[in-house]
Amino acid sequence: MEKHLYTLIVHSEHMAGLLNQVTAVFTRRQINIESLNVSPSSIEGIHRYTITAVADEDTIAKVTLQIAKKVDVLQASYFLEDEIFMQEIALYKLSTPLLMANPEICEIIRRNDAPIIETNPVYTVVEKAGRTAETEQLRRDLSTFDCLLQYVNSGRIAVTRSSEEHLTEFLKTLNQ
Amino acid sequence: MKKRITGAEALMQALIHEGVTTIFGYPGGGIMPVFDALYDHREDFRQVLVRHEQGAAHAAQGYARSSGQVGVCLVTSGPGATNTITGISDAMLDSTPIVVISGQVGAAALGTDAFQEVDFVCITQPICKWSYQIRRAEDIAWAVARAFYIAANGRPGPVVLDFAKNAQTTMVDFEPASLPIQRGFIPVPQPSDDAIRRAAALIDNAERPLLLAGQGIELAGAQEELKQFVEKTGIPVGCTLLGLSTLPSGHPLRQGMLGMHGNLAPNVKTNECDVLIAVGMRFDDRVTGRLATYARQAKVIHLDIDPSEIGKNVPVDVAVTGDCKETLARLTKAVHPAEHKEWVESFAIYHTMEDERVVRPAIHPAEGPLKMGEVARRVSEATADSAILVTDVGQNQMMSARYFRYTRPRSIITSGGLGTMGFGLPAAIGATFGAPERTVCLFVGDGGIQMNLQELGTIMESGAPVKIILLNNNYLGNVRQWQELFFNHRYSCTPMMNPNYELIASAYGIPSRTVAARADLDDAIHEMLTSSGAFLLQVAVEEEENVMPMTPPGADVDHMLPFIDSSTPTEQWKSTFIH
Ligand SMILES: Cc1ncc(C[n+]2csc(CCOP(=O)(O)OP(=O)(O)O)c2C)c(N)n1
Ligand SMILES: [Mg+2]
Repeated sequence: MEKHLYTLIVHSEHMAGLLNQVTAVFTRRQINIESLNVSPSSIEGIHRYTITAVADEDTIAKVTLQIAKKVDVLQASYFLEDEIFMQEIALYKLSTPLLMANPEICEIIRRNDAPIIETNPVYTVVEKAGRTAETEQLRRDLSTFDCLLQYVNSGRIAVTRSSEEHLTEFLKTLNQ
Repeated sequence: MKKRITGAEALMQALIHEGVTTIFGYPGGGIMPVFDALYDHREDFRQVLVRHEQGAAHAAQGYARSSGQVGVCLVTSGPGATNTITGISDAMLDSTPIVVISGQVGAAALGTDAFQEVDFVCITQPICKWSYQIRRAEDIAWAVARAFYIAANGRPGPVVLDFAKNAQTTMVDFEPASLPIQRGFIPVPQPSDDAIRRAAALIDNAERPLLLAGQGIELAGAQEELKQFVEKTGIPVGCTLLGLSTLPSGHPLRQGMLGMHGNLAPNVKTNECDVLIAVGMRFDDRVTGRLATYARQAKVIHLDIDPSEIGKNVPVDVAVTGDCKETLARLTKAVHPAEHKEWVESFAIYHTMEDERVVRPAIHPAEGPLKMGEVARRVSEATADSAILVTDVGQNQMMSARYFRYTRPRSIITSGGLGTMGFGLPAAIGATFGAPERTVCLFVGDGGIQMNLQELGTIMESGAPVKIILLNNNYLGNVRQWQELFFNHRYSCTPMMNPNYELIASAYGIPSRTVAARADLDDAIHEMLTSSGAFLLQVAVEEEENVMPMTPPGADVDHMLPFIDSSTPTEQWKSTFIH
């Protein structure tokens, strides 16, 4: 079966040790997690994981069910790119002397609409929000000048495009 | 009304509140305050002191499997806790509700490599339903209530409570908790009306339907619902190893056991049926053989309480998620009465083939050494087919499971998913506490009995009336069989020197007898069953007997030795993954 980059959105109670259990489902099936983000959700006390991984749909569906089965996981679903709005943030720490020496670098940064959030005689920090392809492209472009001191990416965060809020509905049915 | 008590006493109160009556345990530093509290509750709990914590976990499993109640074991931190791991894994794979309460170092010492500290929650997370560390006495009421709820509800399984020492000793205002809805744990999914309707339509239109009955039926207490469903629809039934007592032996629709050492007819018919109805079973590889050829011709209906089992191994056409006690009853209402006379009759020829080549020689051998099958059948008959069969793992397991007969629910206790040698003896002890009114017969090999032999001490002290049938073939027989069939007779580390088991039994004050002659067998069985209390019956059985029929690992489910030509395909099986 054909492999795709899937985005899993998992909602859980805020319990110590749960992240371990969620990632262990991927480990058991030898799937690498591409990115992982944990954050609060719109509902007080409920946490939200955004996980990306490359797999075929059959496997990702089974992984999702096995995650949903964990006690204290409320819901787990998987999505393709066209079913979500997604974003990530990357920070690029650059050598200021190299930056000054190379006007092309400044040009790239401007073209990317990437704000500079710190600059001093030693280094400059640039921020870029966007999709994986965009942050990744900027990293590659900057790398060619050998000016990149550090790079970090927040990993994907995503919300669904659907107008239905499955978690809210699930919680409503529980209360009845 | 809240009472001010220690955390250890709070645990006692919480266990009483959960209806616990029996605790399998072993003390130690990390759990001493709890054992001290237990001293005041000798009236409230039967306290069974095992001889090894693995024994405590398996005994709790045997208790749970025989009674349907949650089994409880209580052990110390560090090595006490890690000794239960095999039992926890076994309970996870076989959906057995147990709660393991382990001691833990005080919260202030956590993470410092303190004496007998292990990260038990992390160790057990992948092998149990829920694992939780109680660090404050205030959490006891909630954690215990939740532990028992999770262990027993939905698909049952093991739960671990790691009980930090400070929480055992601090004072707390205690009141047993009742649990609000757990939004992260919905035990029983509700099947849609549509799923029931579509399943009923498939069943109504089926010409050659086959039902696979698994342990889920026992766990749901749905034996009667199963019977009504198959009697209304005339559908023949194959049972998994753990589902052997879901439909009584001798029921006209019961076609025997599925899988690697199951019966020929249901395995062959799996690949001939047009609709396959799997109930409370999970298509384990020991049941399916090669997945690529398994029931490909059939529409598959899967009734299970665990949504993550649907489609896990076998693609499913209609999923009916829910408690099968309810879903089977709903299906029975929804389907039309039917009879599949010709189809059911078509099983007979395979039963006849198996009878002639395998069953009769196994249970009515004319001469030669005693055989495992005949011992199992005689013991079953001598108990009016109403005993609980507990088995260890190996040939003894397959032979006793095959040739025992089952007339009552919850009559087979065996390690299916994990295949744990050493499971049998402690599980049988647990079963005598879980079902004190029933006869408990343990079938065990000379290898497996030595894996938890120390539990004879538990029998001696508790008086657990386990009837131990030791099938001694002087081999790790199951492995020897594979070596014979798939590794050119190279018996690497499977011949085994045995001790004098009667001397061992007598050291523990357990009466025993050894039989080697066919003429003595019935009398010896009679002596075992009429003796009060435990008894060890050692049977010297044929040393190199093979369990047949057999679907070699990785072969098609209907491809069973000795009914197929064993020469060519062996090469093919060898090249496939043998495990
Ligand atoms: C703990 C454990 N270790 C090893 C095995 C592998 N194994 C399966 S059956 C078997 C042989 C069992 O020998 P015995 O108890 O004498 O039973 P028999 O097959 O001879 O009846 C072995 C070693 C296992 N299942 N469990
Ligand atoms: Mg043996």
